[in-house]
Amino acid sequence: MATAPRKTVSTGGAVVEHLIVVVLLALLASTAVAVIRLTNLFAVVMLFGIYSLLSASVFLVMNAGDVAFTEAAVGAGIATVLMLSTMALCAPREMPSRRNKPLRLLLVALTGAVLVWGTMDLPGFGDPSAPANQHVAPRYIQESPREIGIPNMVSSILASYRGFDTFGEVTVIFTAGLGVLMLLAGRRRKKGGEES
Amino acid sequence: MSLLFEHYNYWVAIFLMMTGFYTVISRGNLVKQVVGLNIFQASVFIFYISLAYVDGGATPIVKEGVEVYANPLPHVLILTAIVVGIATTALGLALIVRIKEAYGTIEEDEIREADQRDGKDSDA
Repeated sequence: MATAPRKTVSTGGAVVEHLIVVVLLALLASTAVAVIRLTNLFAVVMLFGIYSLLSASVFLVMNAGDVAFTEAAVGAGIATVLMLSTMALCAPREMPSRRNKPLRLLLVALTGAVLVWGTMDLPGFGDPSAPANQHVAPRYIQESPREIGIPNMVSSILASYRGFDTFGEVTVIFTAGLGVLMLLAGRRRKKGGEES
Repeated sequence: MSLLFEHYNYWVAIFLMMTGFYTVISRGNLVKQVVGLNIFQASVFIFYISLAYVDGGATPIVKEGVEVYANPLPHVLILTAIVVGIATTALGLALIVRIKEAYGTIEEDEIREADQRDGKDSDA
């Protein structure tokens, strides 16, 4: 008795979720087009921050809370700050490029057409019986609260089932951090040498 | 028509990916190319998360009375990808700062011209 009304609520909710996703995706697409057209780099970087925040909202609507707050913090926050500081150190405007634009547009359109052709066989959006939702995912959903003992399945998989992936991720971040430090530390030393 | 309702998320992800791709190959400004790469990257995230979405499902955190959850595995992959993405973006931006110091510009066309000039000078 209790499941019947919940089911109708959830299908109604699903329609609303789809509508919100459509609106957010349209906003994302227009932001991306505006990024191409603008030449003021400050506006481009700010629009990229908006783009990240919009994609975080899409993740939230698609029930990916952990991904949403990571994207909001890292994509909209840290990436925008890094890009702004690079822009401030380098150039505020973009020069017009002398590249052959129609040819590149054609290449992009062709690639996009091939990719759209590739989606024809994909399972529908939100399909619970899609192969991606079948293999190990049900096991993680059913067993991880008991096996790992924490309610958040994303954290269980990240830190336990796929701990080696996360270890690899940390290695990549460490290497990138070292690289940034070496690139920018050399810069400071050179400046100091010039001054003295 | 049902194809449109079931696949629009993939097509918007592809559109976003292609706008990022176009920004990278058609613009010469290095900061803008990095923004384009990030747009490309975020479109892949949207593609993965939309694969994980289940109609009527909930966020994958155990809750009383909830039976259907979104697939947590793509969420984990994308969490990793977001963090790796910011690391590579930071490295790229640091490289841009050094290129600006070495060449005085971050426009690819001008950098190439400067390289060609230098090549001629050393030949002469």
